[in-house]
Amino acid sequence: MSATTVAVDRSGAVATVRIGGDVTSASESDLMAGYGQAIEGGAGAVILDFSGLEYMNSGGIGLLVTLLVRAQRGGVRLLASGLSNHYREILSLTRLDEAIEIHNDEGAAVAAVGV
Amino acid sequence: MTTTEETPPQSPASRDAASWAKPVDRLSAEGVAGAKVDSVSGKRVSGPLQGFGQLWQKTFTVRLTDSSLTPQQLVAAWKDGFPTFWPKNATFYAPLAGIAPGEVALLDIAPVPGSPVKLSTGVMVIYADDESFTFMTPEGHTLSAWITFSAYRDGDVTVAQAQALERPSDPFDELAYVLGGTKLNDRFWRETLVNLARHVGVAEPNVETSVVCVDKRRQWRYVRNLRNSASIRTVRRTLGAPIRKLTGRG
Repeated sequence: MSATTVAVDRSGAVATVRIGGDVTSASESDLMAGYGQAIEGGAGAVILDFSGLEYMNSGGIGLLVTLLVRAQRGGVRLLASGLSNHYREILSLTRLDEAIEIHNDEGAAVAAVGV
Repeated sequence: MTTTEETPPQSPASRDAASWAKPVDRLSAEGVAGAKVDSVSGKRVSGPLQGFGQLWQKTFTVRLTDSSLTPQQLVAAWKDGFPTFWPKNATFYAPLAGIAPGEVALLDIAPVPGSPVKLSTGVMVIYADDESFTFMTPEGHTLSAWITFSAYRDGDVTVAQAQALERPSDPFDELAYVLGGTKLNDRFWRETLVNLARHVGVAEPNVETSVVCVDKRRQWRYVRNLRNSASIRTVRRTLGAPIRKLTGRG
């Protein structure tokens, strides 16, 4: 197992949360803190970049649901980038892909936000 | 809501690859024996994002103080004997291949204890590894949910946990949930954990419960889940039973 890594970049109305390592239910505090930091400055869109994701179990997917609900409640647009085929399949299986915009890379996600 | 059409980045197989089910358009309960009613085949899975009612996270834990089982041994025993740990008013028809990613199970559950009427539905195993397994409900189930069964070590003690992330699927289910369904649901999982704990040698199991409302809003865009409702189908079947009996069609 490797630890969850979360790094946040903010650029105007868009923030990127780079998620790496293992994402399990134990990642809750790291992930929620990263998201909190991302929206602190009033970002209207948050990109979750999964390029560094190595492992995710069902507990990790549960955290994404919580995060999605939090974003919907706050009127924040949530996008995902850098997902491998495998993790795209998991988002499709769990029907999370109906609620989160998926882009190949961060550049495409930023372009989609249109800022 | 996938928006980029180009090929996504490739990467080596992930460590979790064997633990996840493959996506399916429609469920099939072909691999299940014993159930009289299959109300699952042809349906899609429906998770917490697709339900109508408020979103709840319920966590039930029991400390296995009299047991020397490791979390892995406990989860193996839980998977093997899963149907036997359910309360008496419910039947779990396990897949012939066991609890493994992609398998579908069928269920008959009494809406209230002692009821002769059974609500027929099912679950899909979306994730399973040595320390946990997760079910996702199909369309028509009273709850749009994921339920994860897991075990972990807390000091010298193994702890068994059932955690549900659930929304009642439609307005009818939401009403039933508010009027007492949620308490019956809690009792169901507490009994399950007590049965599991007794099975592994715990003399007096004590189940702890934590309930958190994750989202208070109701999702009106999913009001049409009513058309798949297993609850409504069950009520219709029950009310129609005397007529079918009289006309020789029951």
